[in-house]
Amino acid sequence: MLSVPRTEDGMQWTQPLIDSGWMAWTFPVALFFYGVGALLVVFSILAIRFPETPRRGILGIQTTRGDRLFLTLLGSAFINLIWLYFFGAPLTGALVICLLYAALVFRWV
Amino acid sequence: MAKIQNNRAWFLVLPVLVLVAFSAVIPLMTVVNYAFNDTFGNNQFFWNGLGWFEEMVRSERLHAALGRQMLFTGTILAIEVPLGIFIALNMPKKGFWASLCLVLMALPLLIPFNVVGTIWQIFCRVDIGLLGRFMAALGVDYNYTNDAFDAWVTLIVMDVWHWTSLVALLCYAGLQSIPEAYYQAARIDQANRWDIFRHIELPKMSGVLLIAVLLRFIDSFMIYTEPFVVTGGGPGNSTTFLSIDLVKMAIGQFDLGPAAAFSLMYFLVILLVSWVFYTVMVTRDSGEGT
Repeated sequence: MLSVPRTEDGMQWTQPLIDSGWMAWTFPVALFFYGVGALLVVFSILAIRFPETPRRGILGIQTTRGDRLFLTLLGSAFINLIWLYFFGAPLTGALVICLLYAALVFRWV
Repeated sequence: MAKIQNNRAWFLVLPVLVLVAFSAVIPLMTVVNYAFNDTFGNNQFFWNGLGWFEEMVRSERLHAALGRQMLFTGTILAIEVPLGIFIALNMPKKGFWASLCLVLMALPLLIPFNVVGTIWQIFCRVDIGLLGRFMAALGVDYNYTNDAFDAWVTLIVMDVWHWTSLVALLCYAGLQSIPEAYYQAARIDQANRWDIFRHIELPKMSGVLLIAVLLRFIDSFMIYTEPFVVTGGGPGNSTTFLSIDLVKMAIGQFDLGPAAAFSLMYFLVILLVSWVFYTVMVTRDSGEGT
């Protein structure tokens, strides 16, 4: 977050992190990948500390914790796209639905 | 002797991880980055937020391309899978003719995509192509360059010609693995041809058949080279499938942002389908084990 460019108008959240660097990475994109990366790391550690036991949920298929994470992320992507199709830009509502969906997946799938 | 468990061996995977990061993960991240920015080249980017995604998810053009893609993939699967099974059932089981059939069946699979496209492009031409001239001589009004329906028929026949043997060969392998005892038992029970197919051959083939359907689905869903060579997506946009449209958008129009958003959605669909097939296969295998 320290590398977000600043001007007199405050933080420039969507300006490239490195001025005229390769590919103009911006903070939101970086945040997204940090998030996914962190989730993967956390779940790897969890899998080592508390070994996974596959279980059979409402889909009738065996899933481990990692499978449920995958389902959550993939499903969330589709939820966001569907939200964009019907309601457009601010994705706040979609993110709330995604959290609900994640809870459902981890509880019952 | 007890097996030594040492998780530090995972560090040996690091070089591969670096390679994959460089060749797959970072490029994918780049695409995500493109999808949120607008650029006019020159390494200058302007933040566009969710704009491209919103535009693409509602784009009539993308919906049309997706519809065409579904129709194409559905059609070739509906033709190739039953036809492949039928051919596999009727191939000689052993001897000289079995080998000859296998070689003949394998031939189309060995031809590079662009060569297949070129062969059919010329074969179907009305002025010099054998098929085109023949159709004209028969009085059939066939011209794949300016009639959408003819273009579709050409592409579907070409794909069937190219890939049915894959389905047939996989099914043939599945059939060969059925022990003779099953057929003897069926004869004792006086099962008819359909019963043998329905209760012995189809269940035994279903594993390889699933792989065949998966391969054909994914291949045809990403098809680019053959329609590009034969029709170039035309006439008009009638055979512009997803990947052709994507390349037109990204490289033809240099609309990198929309194209990146488009390709991410494309990727998500492929990922979803692959996951479904993978899960079905794994579930089937574990089901057989118990």
